[in-house]
Amino acid sequence: MLTLNCPYCGVDADETDLHGEGEAHLKRFGPNSTDDEFHDYLFQRQNPKGVHFERWRHVYGCGKFFHAARCTATLEVFGTYLAQTLEPPQDIKDKITAKRPSWTWGNFS
Amino acid sequence: MDIGTTRRVSLFFAAHATKIHKTPLTFLKGFATMKRYSAFAVAREAMRHHTGWGRAWAKPTQPKKKYDAIIVGAGGHGLATAYYLGKNFGITNVAILEKGWLGGGNTGRNTTIIRSNYLQDPSAAIYEKSRSLYETMSQDLNYNVMFSPRGVIMLAQTQSEIRGYKRTAHANALQGVKTEWIEPARVKELVPIMNIDGPRYPVLGGLWQARGGTARHDAVAWGYARACSDMGMDVIQQCEVTGVRTSGGKVVGVDTTKGAIDCDKLGMVVAGHASVLAEKAGFRLPMESVALQALVSEPIKPCMDVVVMANTVHGYMSQSDKGEMVIGGGTDGYNNYTQRGSFHHIEETVRALVETFPMIGRLKMLRQWGGIVDVTGDRSPILSKTPVDGIFVNCGWGTGGFKAIPGSGWAMAELMAKGESPLTDEYNMFRFREGKFIDESVAAGVAH
Ligand SMILES: Cc1cc2nc3c(=O)[nH]c(=O)nc-3n(C[C@H](O)[C@H](O)[C@H](O)COP(=O)(O)OP(=O)(O)OC[C@H]3O[C@@H](n4cnc5c(N)ncnc54)[C@H](O)[C@@H]3O)c2cc1C
Ligand SMILES: [Zn+2]
Repeated sequence: MLTLNCPYCGVDADETDLHGEGEAHLKRFGPNSTDDEFHDYLFQRQNPKGVHFERWRHVYGCGKFFHAARCTATLEVFGTYLAQTLEPPQDIKDKITAKRPSWTWGNFS
Repeated sequence: MDIGTTRRVSLFFAAHATKIHKTPLTFLKGFATMKRYSAFAVAREAMRHHTGWGRAWAKPTQPKKKYDAIIVGAGGHGLATAYYLGKNFGITNVAILEKGWLGGGNTGRNTTIIRSNYLQDPSAAIYEKSRSLYETMSQDLNYNVMFSPRGVIMLAQTQSEIRGYKRTAHANALQGVKTEWIEPARVKELVPIMNIDGPRYPVLGGLWQARGGTARHDAVAWGYARACSDMGMDVIQQCEVTGVRTSGGKVVGVDTTKGAIDCDKLGMVVAGHASVLAEKAGFRLPMESVALQALVSEPIKPCMDVVVMANTVHGYMSQSDKGEMVIGGGTDGYNNYTQRGSFHHIEETVRALVETFPMIGRLKMLRQWGGIVDVTGDRSPILSKTPVDGIFVNCGWGTGGFKAIPGSGWAMAELMAKGESPLTDEYNMFRFREGKFIDESVAAGVAH
């Protein structure tokens, strides 16, 4: 079972206490965006075999949304971090780089 | 009285009966040693201790320098695509490249439910085409795929499901797909082991497709591989495509773990790995890959000769010819490429089914496994041209593409050979941009 540490309440939460909420750091496009931007925002998804960033929600705990950095090829968890950020914090990126030196994801690396 | 068994037995003989060889001789040039299976062959081999069977398909280890068409992925869909490229369009200079072993992806991991009771017209067209091709697949391929049209019930256990399935039954009537709404008493008659009285989710009726059923998954892959090999195509295993080469916006070849290979056309048919492969060709796909699990019980005597799906409680079950209860549920909740899932999904599925089938509470479960399924935004597949000239993609079958193998192969071959197919038109990857979804989130509500 997947276990993620909730960065808000500090609990190591089991997957059954959590809910996956999909790709992290999506930029919202709406009125006045181009068709391409709107399409990509709604439907295109990062679907990497490897390093991935996701939103999760501690539904049966504190109820808050947070972010997780995981590897979809091994299920290894690199770390979790707060939701109030537009990109992964440097310490998380460093942890990933230590294990997957050439990783990239969207505009991050 | 197990009608299902009788049907299965007669099917077995039908598939093994001697057939007149209709395949044009040119198809035999590639692999001249292939023997046709027949009642006579069984008798002949019985007389000589089964020493004369020979290999079912050739096993080339090295690819040629160039093919007219390369198919990536030797699952059911890739193999069926190659088969119909040869059979319907005479394109036989074809390689099917597989990174693992043939049929080792979702095709060899699925619970084999075959049905065509979807809601939308494009779905009815391709799924019913597919179901009807299953009816004669054993004879067409001269390979017993054990298609068993034993009937599929989708249970209605809430008021909204009643309305939903009645609507589907009406839609199916207009589409020419034979399904009907049945009342609880009929459900009980078809499946005596079912508890239809609840307490949580009483059975309120069901959508019944009498010619839905199951087939042997490995045999479908093997039957197509044998037929492809027979036409002179190369099915090359342990050959992973690691790069896609293009020139001036057109595909020219692929890089593989067995070296570079050139091609005029490339078909990507790799299910859960479609995004990964698309990225190598420089485009993206609107889908995500997640684990879907299944499990089987110890084998028991025949107790249920139809397939039952219960979408509200997220579980479905059928009994294999070996006697195992084959059980599946919903997908796991996050992106995953590991071909294994979380245990609590198994627990949820079984917990739900135990209420409706109390007798399975006494069964031991033998094994459990997972596959990586490719899920799109509208739960419908993608069969499409791509931004790269000469590259075609077939993916997004998600939790329910086994039933679609022959129809998808038929349509994909037409798309690759002619550049268009009436069966694939609406399944293009650009439909999301225009909001032209083929919304099957109800029909595909539970994995199957
Ligand atoms: C547990 C489970 C239960 C299911 N139950 C049902 C059911 O009851 N009914 C139903 O209709 N459907 C069901 N499905 C869905 C069905 O299995 C799939 O939709 C279908 O098998 C997909 O076939 P495919 O040929 O597209 O993919 P696959 O069989 O997965 O074949 C794709 C192949 O591509 C290969 N590949 C990937 N990347 C590369 C590369 N770079 N180079 C070379 N080869 C590569 C893989 O190794 C794989 O063999 C189920 C799926 C699962 C996992
Ligand atoms: Zn919390």
